[in-house]
Formats: sequence, C-alpha cells, structure tokens
Amino acid sequence: MKISPEKVQGIASLARLEITPEQAPILAAQMGDILGYMDTLNELDTSNVEPMYTPVAHVSVLRPDETSKEFPREDILRNAPENNGEYFVVPRIV
Amino acid sequence: MSQLCQLSLTEIRDLLRDKKISARETTQACLDRIAQTEPAIAALLHIAGENALHQAQSMDQSGPDATKPLWGVPIIIKDALITKGLPTTCGSKILENFIPVYDAHCVTALKEAGAIILGKANMDEFAMGSSTENSAFKVTANPWNPAHVPGGSSGGSAASVASGQCFASIGTDTGGSIRQPASFCGVVGVKPTYGRVSRRGLVAYGSSLDQAGPMTRTVRDAAEVLQVMAGHDAKDSTSINAPVPDYVAACARPEDLKGLRLGMPEEYWGEGLSTEVSAACRAAVDTAVSLGAQIVPVSLPHTKYAIATYYILAMAEASSNLARFDGVRYGRRSAHVQDLATLYTRSRSEGFGDEVKRRIMLGTYVLSAGYYDAYYKKAAQVRRLIRQDFLDALTNCDLICGPACPTTAFAIGANTADPLQMYLTDIFTISLNLSGLPGLSLPVGLGADTGLPVGLQLFGGSMEEARLLRTAATLEAHLPKLPAPPLA
Repeated sequence: MKISPEKVQGIASLARLEITPEQAPILAAQMGDILGYMDTLNELDTSNVEPMYTPVAHVSVLRPDETSKEFPREDILRNAPENNGEYFVVPRIV
Repeated sequence: MSQLCQLSLTEIRDLLRDKKISARETTQACLDRIAQTEPAIAALLHIAGENALHQAQSMDQSGPDATKPLWGVPIIIKDALITKGLPTTCGSKILENFIPVYDAHCVTALKEAGAIILGKANMDEFAMGSSTENSAFKVTANPWNPAHVPGGSSGGSAASVASGQCFASIGTDTGGSIRQPASFCGVVGVKPTYGRVSRRGLVAYGSSLDQAGPMTRTVRDAAEVLQVMAGHDAKDSTSINAPVPDYVAACARPEDLKGLRLGMPEEYWGEGLSTEVSAACRAAVDTAVSLGAQIVPVSLPHTKYAIATYYILAMAEASSNLARFDGVRYGRRSAHVQDLATLYTRSRSEGFGDEVKRRIMLGTYVLSAGYYDAYYKKAAQVRRLIRQDFLDALTNCDLICGPACPTTAFAIGANTADPLQMYLTDIFTISLNLSGLPGLSLPVGLGADTGLPVGLQLFGGSMEEARLLRTAATLEAHLPKLPAPPLA
C-alpha cells in the first residue's frame, strides 16, 4: 500500500490536524506499512460473514423525559478554555 | 520495601478492619513509598496526598465499617478514568488542566466501598501504546529494571502496584493494556468480560473494546476489587445487566484443579515465543497438570489476523471518539486563533502527540468513502471469525491458556521508531478484546535470561471471571512466589 505525502495532508485535513511538510513523508511511509499489513485480511473470504461491531447487544437506555440540573453551570464552564460566565466562547463565525 | 507496603490488599484490609492499624498510617506508608520510588519509576501523574490523608483521618474518627470491603485501602487509578476534583489527563497535553466534575462509575463504586484514592497513574496518551513511552508527560520505568518498559498502556498502574505504592490499581484494557503490563511487572491483571464493568467515565478510545479492571499483587486481591467494580449501570448502554457472582468466595479456598480442561492453542505456543517465556509458562502448565488439570489441544486459527483487525477497528473508533477534543468546551485551546476551523485544527495539532495523530489519521482513512468496506467492514467480519474461534475452542475445554506476551519487558526505546513492530507485541492479548471475553494475567516466574517477570494468560467464556479467578488462585498457591522487585 503506497500512501503519498499529499494523501497524508488530505487525510489530516479531514481529521482536523495539521501536518508539517517534514512530517508528511515520514507519516506516509508509516501509514503505508501499517495499511499494507492490514491488507493481509484480504486473504480471508468473508463474503458470508455478518460484521460484528460490538460484543454486546446495545439496548437503548430510556429514562423519563425530565430536565434536571446535574451540575452547576459554573462547574462545567470551569474547564472551558474561554467563557463569559454563562456560555462557551469561540471566535466569531460570521 | 517497608513491611506494611509488602502486605496484600486483603491483609491490610483485615488489619484496618480490626483496628490494628489506622487508615492514616496506611495512607502515610503508601505516600512515603511513593516519595521513595517515584524518582526511579515515574508511575504517577498526580498524587492526591493531602486529600487522601484528610479522608483517612476522618475515616479513622468514624471507625472501620465492616460493610465496606475496601475500607481504608489506598488505591491508584489510571488517568483514563475520570475522578471528581482530581486532574484527569489521559496522558495527553490536550487535557492537561482538565478537572472532571463527576467520578467514573467504577471510581464511585470503589469510593463507596471505602477505598482511598491516592493518585492517578501514568499511561500512554489516550491508552494508545504498549509501553507507557507515549505519555505526553513522562516515561514510566519497570520496577524490575528501570532500563525496561513497564508495558502499556496501563504501565503506571502496573508499576505502582509492583513497587508497593498502593495495594491495588485500576487499569483499562483495549487490546491488552491490563494483561501485558501486568505480565511485564509481575502483578495480577484482570480484563473482565466487555460490559461487566461500566465504561461510564472511562475516556473512550476504542468503545467496543475498552474495559476497566483491577491490577493487584495477588489473585484474591483482584477478586476483592472486581467484586466492587462489577455490576450493571443503567447509564451505560453497553453494561451487562446480570447478577455479580461471589468472586471472593470463588478464590478463597484454592484446592486442586481436578476436572479442569485447560485448552492450549497451538497458535500461542509455537513460533515467535521467546525461550524464557515459553519455559516459565510451560512450567506453570505442568503445575496445573500436577494439580489435576487435563490439557486439551485447541486451535484459534484466525489469531494471525487479530492485530490487523484490532488496529483497523480501534483506530476507526478512536478517530470518531477523539473528535470531541476541539478546544471549545474543555481541554487545550490554541492561542491567538481568529476563526473556528483553525481553532479546531491548531488546538488538536498542538494537544495530541504523534501516536495519537497517527491513529486518528489511520482511523479517518479506513472510514473514508471508498475504503470503508475494504477496511472497517472487513475487520468487523474477521472479528466475528475470531470470536467464533474462542467459542468453538471453549466447547472442548473450560479455560484457554497461553503466554500473555511473546517476550519479557523490552528495553525503553526498543520499538519507538517502528510503530508496526510495537503493534506486533500485542499478538497474544488482542484477540480477547475483539471477542469481548474475560482474561487474566498471572505472574508465573522470572525469565531465565532477563530475570524479568513472565505472565501466563488465562481466557474464559463470557462472564466466567469466577472460574478464571479460582483457577489462577489455585495455581498461585502452588507456584513459587515472586520476590519483591529490586526497586521495591
């Protein structure tokens, strides 16, 4: 599996990551090796195998549709990089 | 190691219960031990000494509570589990100043059982690693030889227990991250059945694989801690709603292993296994036979596909789970950013380490349009074949056994330049996470060449932790006890 440095930059952009021009060829080689190793799965015929995404049945957890204040607002905002005492603050969008 | 810190969790708990020692004395002994060992092993990211002493003192004032099975026992929690009021970084700069507002479900259970939280253990960033060299903060050393890794990603938890800093620690296991460091550090590590312990409050890496479990110096201690952690949590949709058996009773009276059919998979006992690990594990199996166990040859034919399957699924899940770290609500935010898209990108790029970025990108790639069927769906199909291997093998035997790792602890730096080589070290642990079944690593001796610990792994059927613990406790009682590590 050959991954180009340009492809690495494209994937990084999708993942919201910045990769420097120096890092791109190194990552391209590593990702190529790893994906090449993963291609060994193609030795197996799985055409009749149902995919297994989890070892347990996920049962929807239902609770009464009631609002509750589990945590004080100030406790939640305390971990925010920037807030105005009431809301999270981010750079202007429009 | 001070005499007190050499005791097992069960022994110290009984002394505390009988008022032969105070919670404060016990906590102080552990803190002294931490002060003595941390410069050499660097197992901890946060030490909650003052809080712990304060809690111990107030517990001493009210007196022992027989209804609390861990009353006054100091324990350490892997930094992947959130702890109210105590920093939780998951080994990452992106969460450097994060202080959770609630406790993980299993941490609440441990506190309610009377445990005292002494601190948070170092780990590979977001549990991505097999050596605890990927922590953003420090590299933990193996208490048996500081030039070697303690394993990962729960290397801090394993090293803290092995060196006597605490009486139990909690680790998390996504692809072997409890069992592999337990093996490398000579402690007991249990990966419960997926869903047996609530995952609420465990910072998600591979959601369909992650499971928290105990790391201790004896099997009975692991049973005591698992007893407290296990159980249904209505707020976790992956939590299994079933009664919790009496794990402590299961291993309280080790007898013989008559009637036990022990499966030995050919794939785990052949090529790639170091001579010293093979010898130590085979000696333990011989002990099992001398105690009445019957050896059954079994096969897990898809073992060689497990690593590729695991990394596709884990990286895909990681790329999705780690999207929440965007610099908006918590965690690191890049300075002087003018627009939102750049804020996301810069914050993530500055906050995540190289291994995390590599896995997020691989996960993004295997989930991207055009590659989803070739990688993610394919891996999910092979996952079913791997689980079926175990189910088929377990129709012919009661438990499966094999080495936890192909070698003893490798040297610090040995695999850091080659991520694929590092991934291959997980060959014997990964299949169990894919299958969702429980497993345990038991110290069975020291390697003849390196003098480092060797762990034998036992696998069982779904929810069969009691049988695993009983068997391990019986073996433990008949195997030579490991000495204390040189740094202990």
